[in-house]
Amino acid sequence: MPLYLTDDQTMLRDTARDFMAAEGAIATQLRHWRGINCKDGFGHGLWKQFAEMGFTGILIDEAEGGLGLGHVEAGIVLEEIGRNLTPSPFLMTALAFVEAVKGTTHAARWYPGILAGETVAALALDEGAKHRPEAIAMRAERAGNGFKLSGAKQFVVQGASADVTLVAAQADEGLTLFAVEKGMAGLEVEGVRLADSSIGARLTFADVEVDADAVVGEMGGGAAVLSRVLKAGRTGAAAELVGLGTAAMDMTVDYLKQRKQFGRLIGEFQALQFRSAHLYSELEIARAATLKAQQLLDEGSENAEAMVSVAKAKAGRASQLAVQEGVQMHGGIGMTDEYDIGLYMKRDRVLNELFGDANYHADRLARLKGY
Amino acid sequence: MTDLETFRQETRAWLEANCPPEMREPVRDETDMCWGGRNPVFKNDAQKQWMEAMAARGWTVPDWPTAYGGGGLSPEETKILRQEMARIGARNPLYSFGISMLGPALLKYGTEAQKTHYLTRIARGEIRWCQGYSEPGAGSDLASLQTKCEDKGDHWLVNGQKVWTSYADKADWIFCLVRTDPQAPKHQGISFLLFDMASPGVSTRPILLISGYSPFCETFFDDVQVPKDQIVGELNKGWDVAKYLLGHEREMISGMGLGGQSGTLGEALGEAVAADPLLRGEVARFDVDSLAFRAMSEKFIDELKAGKAHPAQPSMMKYAGTELNKARHELVMAAGGSNTLEWESDRSKKGKAAREWLRTKANSIEGGTSEIQLGIIAKRILDLPGA
Repeated sequence: MPLYLTDDQTMLRDTARDFMAAEGAIATQLRHWRGINCKDGFGHGLWKQFAEMGFTGILIDEAEGGLGLGHVEAGIVLEEIGRNLTPSPFLMTALAFVEAVKGTTHAARWYPGILAGETVAALALDEGAKHRPEAIAMRAERAGNGFKLSGAKQFVVQGASADVTLVAAQADEGLTLFAVEKGMAGLEVEGVRLADSSIGARLTFADVEVDADAVVGEMGGGAAVLSRVLKAGRTGAAAELVGLGTAAMDMTVDYLKQRKQFGRLIGEFQALQFRSAHLYSELEIARAATLKAQQLLDEGSENAEAMVSVAKAKAGRASQLAVQEGVQMHGGIGMTDEYDIGLYMKRDRVLNELFGDANYHADRLARLKGY
Repeated sequence: MTDLETFRQETRAWLEANCPPEMREPVRDETDMCWGGRNPVFKNDAQKQWMEAMAARGWTVPDWPTAYGGGGLSPEETKILRQEMARIGARNPLYSFGISMLGPALLKYGTEAQKTHYLTRIARGEIRWCQGYSEPGAGSDLASLQTKCEDKGDHWLVNGQKVWTSYADKADWIFCLVRTDPQAPKHQGISFLLFDMASPGVSTRPILLISGYSPFCETFFDDVQVPKDQIVGELNKGWDVAKYLLGHEREMISGMGLGGQSGTLGEALGEAVAADPLLRGEVARFDVDSLAFRAMSEKFIDELKAGKAHPAQPSMMKYAGTELNKARHELVMAAGGSNTLEWESDRSKKGKAAREWLRTKANSIEGGTSEIQLGIIAKRILDLPGA
């Protein structure tokens, strides 16, 4: 398969690009929800529109009512989300959660709501300030027919709005994933606004009782499920970062063509030209790495694991460079809330942390390669 | 089974049967490569056999038309051939500036007679070419070149000097930029000329580099007579040919960023990395960049074959690939410590690591410096203003 978008994928990109620019724009979505201090941080109306466009079913099989497409297509939508900083539960719900419950009894329970744009799902993995899914300590003790969950999670994106949260915990059999519905006794949810004005949550589980059928996959089989979830989430986050970084670069390059100092357009200065060209190069490479990871995932290749980490690390660094250069090259107005470039910087920071930052993934690549 | 799957199976079987075991070992250095030429020097029988077997199938240039000695393969088939060669570690059968640089320019700008004559010989590895571009006064500002080419009625008369001519002392022919109209603006008085390095009046002098090697020469032309039919493209329009060819040269040089191997640097360095956490971190970051660039190269080649690549994208590839290659060799030296400082010992294979490290410093200078590439990206891709 050639490493560029097929004609069908290009059509989807054009559709997603038009849709997101019209419906998911910064002024009407991000700034709007931030302005009214929305407790969800995103619009449920837009989530329904995502469903009408078919986006929420991209990774759901046709037999189950979805589009039966792959990670390349999901990434196409995420790149446009990244460009517009569109707040939505798409990454966590339509990628991570859909992958988690695929082929389990939970699919029939949750897919219809996701396909309708009514259900929002979250992922409760991290227990500290950094992403360390290999060190999950939260406990799941057997109690009667089910389990009692105890422990704390943080950086649960959309955790305060979720109808269902995928929770990773250690049972006697080993790491196990649970689908926990909202409003369970003993579950305390503290919504927290993050730097990019999205809403994360800290969850505290005090002997939260769940039924045995809350288990996703096998008891002790959480590692396999989690691996699928993480590959989907990391690759998706990489795609969103590529879109975000590209938009930040485009905005900055446009500015260089308008702003005059010393009687010249500042884009004529070689110092800025070279840095812009270097940034372009980094983003192109990040886009290629991300597309490669998506294709390998869709092929079910065993090489996908390493490439996913390459994509997340490279996209994280390239996007970070884009927002840093963006603010610097905009000069003073880049520091103002009125200009959008600063919003890109804040979202980039969140996406870099999400599913592991560039250092985490460089280290992970090294481990996968045996050094 | 699809046609492409059949092609893959047949290709795999043919390669298994025809690629000698010696040609499945990695290339050690530039002297270990097969360069062909009028008086070819083969390191062993296997090298000769491999080049001839591939040339007979047109697979030294798999995607060129069969009429010019190529394999006539589609982009998909070419990709499969390269994958199958990589699978068994098969060497490139023929290293040639004729293939990587001149050939594409001839395919686009050559007359039918030029294509038939030169391309078939390039495909069979019968002419070793060198490139006469830079001059002492024309480096990054290449278009200010002064080598004079006068119309003497029945021939051209060439006088001047080139520099940084790769392997000029070993080449049979040169493709050369010459000034045919000294009055015209600098880009519009240049022509693209081919001639035999054995012509009277051509002389070369190797330049000793910091690596201790002399891959480049100074090349002098003193009243060199050249037949009239050896201009490629139109008279005074040589800059178009030159730019097109430079695009291909940049692609070739960008490929060096791949380090010619499929694994990661961390795996190659082994123990040294494990002992030093800061070095391990740097190497891991490098491997992220390197694997990402490998994906970029695959994407770029796929887009190029499908006509989807931006015309200035080779500049991006050249910039990123050469900077990456320099970074690789800095890390190799850091990991090797004082072992890699030995310059002549057999232990160090006569300073192989150190000499390669120094050689890579030219990567971001030759074929247009990194700064030239960044300028091209800024203007032609990002459309930034200014000269």
